[in-house]
Amino acid sequence: MSLISDIDYGTPVSKSEKLVTLTIDGMQVSVPEGTSIMRAAMEVGNKIPKLCATDMLDAFGSCRLCLVEIEGRNGTPASCTTPVADGIVVKTQTERLKQLRKGVMELYISDHPLDCLTCSANGDCELQEMAGVVGLRDVRYGYEGENHTHLGKDESNPYFTYEKSKCIVCNRCVRACEEVQGTFALTISGRGFDSRVSPGMNEPFLTSECVSCGACVQSCPTATLNEKSMVEIGTPEHAVVTTCAYCGVGCAFKAEMRGDELVRMVPYKDGKANRGHSCVKGRFAYGYATHQDRILKPMIRSSISEPWQEVTYEEAIQYAASEFKRIQEKYGKRAVGGITSSRCTNEETYLVQKLIRGGFGNNNVDTCARVCHSPTGYGLSQTYGTSAGTQDFDSVEQSDVVLIIGANPTDGHPVFGSRLKKRLREGAKLIVVDPRRTDIVRSPHIEAAFHLALKPGTNVAIVTALAHVIVTEGLVNEAFVRERCDWEDFQEWAAFVADERHSPEAVEKYTKVPAELVRGAARLYATGGNGAIYYGLGVTEHSQGSTTVMAIANLAMATGNIGREGVGVNPLRGQNNVQGSCDMGSFPHELPGYRHISDDATRAAFEAMWGVHLDDEPGLRIPNMFDAAVEGTYKGMYVQGEDILQSDPDTKHVSAGLAALECLVVQDLFLNETANYAHVFLPGCTFLEKDGTFTNAERRIQRVRKVMAPKNGYADWEVTQMLANALGFKMDYAHPGAIMDEIAALTPSFTGVSYAKLDELGSVQWPCNEKAPTGTPVMHIGGFVRGKGKFMLTEYVPTDEKTGPRFPLLLTTGRILSQYNVGAQTRRTANVAWHPEDVLEIHPSDAENRGIHEGDYVKLESRSGSTSLKAVISERVAPGVVYTTFHHPVTQANVVTTDFSDWATNCPEYKVTAVQVSRSNGPTPWQEEYEDLSRKSRRIAAEAAE
Amino acid sequence: MSHNSDEKLVYMANQIATAFAQQKHDAAVVATRTHIAKFWDPRMRAKITAHAAAGGAGLSPIAKEAVDGLPPVKAA
Repeated sequence: MSLISDIDYGTPVSKSEKLVTLTIDGMQVSVPEGTSIMRAAMEVGNKIPKLCATDMLDAFGSCRLCLVEIEGRNGTPASCTTPVADGIVVKTQTERLKQLRKGVMELYISDHPLDCLTCSANGDCELQEMAGVVGLRDVRYGYEGENHTHLGKDESNPYFTYEKSKCIVCNRCVRACEEVQGTFALTISGRGFDSRVSPGMNEPFLTSECVSCGACVQSCPTATLNEKSMVEIGTPEHAVVTTCAYCGVGCAFKAEMRGDELVRMVPYKDGKANRGHSCVKGRFAYGYATHQDRILKPMIRSSISEPWQEVTYEEAIQYAASEFKRIQEKYGKRAVGGITSSRCTNEETYLVQKLIRGGFGNNNVDTCARVCHSPTGYGLSQTYGTSAGTQDFDSVEQSDVVLIIGANPTDGHPVFGSRLKKRLREGAKLIVVDPRRTDIVRSPHIEAAFHLALKPGTNVAIVTALAHVIVTEGLVNEAFVRERCDWEDFQEWAAFVADERHSPEAVEKYTKVPAELVRGAARLYATGGNGAIYYGLGVTEHSQGSTTVMAIANLAMATGNIGREGVGVNPLRGQNNVQGSCDMGSFPHELPGYRHISDDATRAAFEAMWGVHLDDEPGLRIPNMFDAAVEGTYKGMYVQGEDILQSDPDTKHVSAGLAALECLVVQDLFLNETANYAHVFLPGCTFLEKDGTFTNAERRIQRVRKVMAPKNGYADWEVTQMLANALGFKMDYAHPGAIMDEIAALTPSFTGVSYAKLDELGSVQWPCNEKAPTGTPVMHIGGFVRGKGKFMLTEYVPTDEKTGPRFPLLLTTGRILSQYNVGAQTRRTANVAWHPEDVLEIHPSDAENRGIHEGDYVKLESRSGSTSLKAVISERVAPGVVYTTFHHPVTQANVVTTDFSDWATNCPEYKVTAVQVSRSNGPTPWQEEYEDLSRKSRRIAAEAAE
Repeated sequence: MSHNSDEKLVYMANQIATAFAQQKHDAAVVATRTHIAKFWDPRMRAKITAHAAAGGAGLSPIAKEAVDGLPPVKAA
């Protein structure tokens, strides 16, 4: 193995279809019009010296190293900023150019520390390389003059250093922050000789607007901005391409290694989801993999009041299997079940559901998508016939109007957020439907044309009102609807939405959004060109989550915004493999490929392959499991890689359900909150330690590649296989590739997927089969999967979670950039520097009415429970609305949320809870009791002396 | 929402019926019944069926009619 060196063409690719032919150093080359001479030269293998140019950024033309000569033209133009032209003859290496370049390099080096041997970028420095390339052997000016070599370092950022003395003011970092990330946190302060890179107003990186995406570090040609891991460990010697295990964007990374030590994660330019970009989590927050809290040995205990006993894998597996068998014998076959993990690979989730269906003999399997995007699965399958987003991420580059509903892409899906912001800076228009003023509403060079700051819980009213305007103002794309959709359904729907009760004026009393804003947004979406909808959990996590998804699908059909690039309906999936876990049959009513368990032919195919009889009845969904456990009919559960106690709503009810189980098996990296109630703990392994695949929000299946041995001894799929075998359900896979082969053999949308194909193409988007052998970037081209698109009636039904005198405020919950889900991973990294605790955002007027000041401890109380946390006074939330995150178990935000849920899927209504907020002196009794239980439950017995 | 299982199942059945209530009555009943049959575990269906058989207190008319027509739950 070796390092993977991306070819840097110096300037971005031109998308022109017109070719231009020129001669470079005697070689003829044809390239798209608009290509730079620098890039054209690289196409024929001539690497023109450069420092300020890189193909991730637009040409800048400042370093004057990439000069060329063009016959018939005066001077020596910069090849990065000079476009090709038909018939020109270019020379990249002449005596004059050599002298000029050497002179430029002399000036750079005269003001640069000559500590190459001890520099952290030694061997990975473009300045060093260019000095060699131009043949620099001496610096005529000496090193005694005024210089910057005395400047110190900014080490405030936990992940990278800023060594000011090594800056050559090439502007690459500033441009990367602007063009790639879109944060505009960096600038060049000072003028002339005083010019230096400056975060914000000459602030330390940590306290500036910098979001630590790493784009500046990646673009820096010297050691000025360098990973601290590189400084500490040294340069890597080999790299492996793998897929990030954080959000549903699915960024491809090069894991750069020295031996089996991970030196750094570098975003992979050929990654089709991220196109070489990253965020603070994927780029830097991998330290949890080696955190001291990891549990590396299996453990068992007969009661949760006892300390854990470390045992061998064989003992733990045998104990778990015997307990599951005992429970089934005593309480019945359907008294046990399990939960697959959206953080684990496709192959692992497939095996867990296979174990439950084949080994337990029932369908009590569910996954965390239950509590996030299950309404997406239901809503899109009803309207379009498939349970997934319609586009690839590249599609946003063709969008003219982007409608974001209940999503916060700059925090939750940051790399897609950056790609979106880039398109908005190019001129696309933005509509945001969200109770909060999220960053995307207004940030540097971006401002939403419309922000519909609706009252939480009124999504259906707003989206149906948008449809009302489109229908009543004659903005329907009738040709599209007649050709592609069921016309009778459409007519019924059009009459339904046209009713006056759905008008923006009529619903304003519920939504609190001025009717004119709704009308303006509807007109813009329907008439502004390619209209794309992106949505998140602010849509799904409601009692009418599925209805809103269908209302969104209706909008796209009515305006013809489906079935081509630049448009579509795009759920932004939360976890790295939440799409995959759904695809792999993790829902209790569906086998892999979204086929209902009652379908005899489908079941027969699986029965033949697995050699078992399958139950034809749907199993319990996660909330139903807790209910059944409390009721006494559900007694055993296998949970792989999910922390349901922290992530699921109404914590007290969840804990009562878990406490009622006679056998809870938790497989995880850490003793998470759920493990407080477990009887068997099976150590999990990280994405760095195993092979497999993840499927991202654009249906893209990508390889996860093992870069180091599992610290716990086994990959997660191997542990599941051991448990299955102990239950008497034979599994003997030698490698995850064999599991994927079985998935492909049984799943029509995966028949063309194999590890060989993924290695060859990098990734594929399902459906990938005979009809689409290289996958399907955009769905529903020419026709919907279900045939004709189906319009659904979407009546607004107010939630039963009501505010009143006791609970006058509405709580809505969400996520923050630096933390991920329950925080199990990110809390065990330096990301806590940005978000050490969950806080409550409250509007100044609500705070003032309650005597609450910034930073005060406050009690947040609902009908379900209460917790205490610090208050942050913020106008991001409207009066009457408060907001918090759920990343920290100390807060247990979900002790406050209720078990109201979506009518179709039981997806919890996290986004609407009636609460009261009051000043507090400290933790609530629940927090104190839980802290005590947690401490006791995590005791591990000392090994007995030999 | 109540954690009492009968009350909770009634609430869930009514939610489903409300979602389909814009359709004609018979279609709404069939859609509600199909949804419950497709997504509810047998023990949940058995409980709601028993509740409906005992009078169906709290069930909306569409939900009650839908549950009354559910096919019998097979033993595991």
